[in-house]
Amino acid sequence: MNAWLAQHFRALAWALSRLAAAPVNTLLSLLAVGIALALPAGGQMLLGNALQIARNANAAPQVSLFLALDADRKAVDDITTRLKNNPQVKELRYIPRSEALKRFQAREGLAELLAALPSNPFPDAFVVTPRNADPTAMDALRDEFRQWPKVEHVQLDSAWVRRLDALLRLGRTSVVVLAALLGLGLVAITFTTIRLQVVSQRAEIELSRLLGATDAFICRPFYYFGAVQGLLGGAVAWLIVLAVTLALRAPVAELAALYHASAALQPLGVPDSLLLLAFAAGLGWLGAALSLGRHLREPV
Amino acid sequence: MIRFEQVSRRYPPAGVALDGLSFSVAPGELVLITGHSGAGKTTVLKLIAAIERPSAGAVLVGGQDVGHLKRPAIPFLRRNLGLIFQDQKLLFDRSVFENIMLPLAIAGFPPKEAAGRVRAALDKVGLRGRERALPVALSGGEQQRLAIARAVVGRPGILLADEPTAHLDPDTAGEVAAIFRDFQQVGVTVLIATCDDTLFAPFAPRRLVLDHGKLIP
Repeated sequence: MNAWLAQHFRALAWALSRLAAAPVNTLLSLLAVGIALALPAGGQMLLGNALQIARNANAAPQVSLFLALDADRKAVDDITTRLKNNPQVKELRYIPRSEALKRFQAREGLAELLAALPSNPFPDAFVVTPRNADPTAMDALRDEFRQWPKVEHVQLDSAWVRRLDALLRLGRTSVVVLAALLGLGLVAITFTTIRLQVVSQRAEIELSRLLGATDAFICRPFYYFGAVQGLLGGAVAWLIVLAVTLALRAPVAELAALYHASAALQPLGVPDSLLLLAFAAGLGWLGAALSLGRHLREPV
Repeated sequence: MIRFEQVSRRYPPAGVALDGLSFSVAPGELVLITGHSGAGKTTVLKLIAAIERPSAGAVLVGGQDVGHLKRPAIPFLRRNLGLIFQDQKLLFDRSVFENIMLPLAIAGFPPKEAAGRVRAALDKVGLRGRERALPVALSGGEQQRLAIARAVVGRPGILLADEPTAHLDPDTAGEVAAIFRDFQQVGVTVLIATCDDTLFAPFAPRRLVLDHGKLIP
């Protein structure tokens, strides 16, 4: 076990020493990797913030139930009981028809119009906040409410939910596509760097084979090199995203203030940051594996 | 025990390095493989180390047919061989110590034990005190001793040397030849491919003389 660990430690030390041996090349490679990864990582950061802003916008989707005009007190109580017992209902608010009338009378220009009517035209209503804001779940809830007695009309306030959902899906897909494309770039950078390392180490590799080195022994340092380069590139990307977040924080807050909202741009969270680093290291490892497969399969 | 059974090695389209070669070497024996340039001496060593594979026949090392070894098994064969190459194959950007350490690192020796073995190998070839030097700072004879130290540091059962005294002055060549004799005396099987066997004559080794890939009786 100690020997196994020592071999891994030696491979890691070799990888670090090779990175340190050519600081300018290493820096340029890390910048290229970092910038490539910063784009999808930045997209993920913006997406996360957009989601958070949407959640904070106090616009939870609601379902409105309008009862028939002839619904009596008993019917109202019955609906209230049904709603309270429904596990899908998170909150409910009863708006009596008299209160609805008062609200509209208070609006400028409507009082006279309503006074001209022979009777109160508004029905009793319930405003329900569902526990699950998923559009499909809300559709199911609407269909259920429609079946209830004395429920004349059910209005689903889900159009914006669908739009937001579609926008977020578009955003997520864009981030994934961007990550895939730029991840290929990272693989290509690592592929080329490892190829150059293999060429510069050809004599040592050939000698090692003659002295009894296995493929694993020869490849291990290059795998570490690719993974460490990817990891450091991921760290550069993380720093870029952090810098962009800090730079945009004030302008975004100002923009939000113009819409009477508050928004503080947040950097990548811990899970996303760890995912970014793991993704970068994994792609570096993959680039190394592809390069070694191409350049180290010689029958010595 | 090393045994060649009707071994041929051909290089298409018409090159023949070895042609139906048969011989055996007993454990602990010192054997010189001699012959003119191109006689097939180096090919014999390469076949034993599975650097090349025979076109026909069998190469047996310790009872194992190394000509048909699968690729993953070859490194483990080579770890039991000490190889000294004609061009030495030293790593000139590594110190003497690091050059000798390489086979032990490959074999997975713990660092402490490996360091002890490296020091012992340096003692054996008379390079103690030059651990930190780079190979380029060594004389030709010292570089050859370094190559020998690297070959023996893993304490192999078989030592294969290809022209180990080439390009050395007579005194240094004599010293290097004596080192091989020392290893043979402690039970290591030594095969030396050389054009100049006079240096080894005092040790009365067995000679295998090759000519155009065939053994001359």
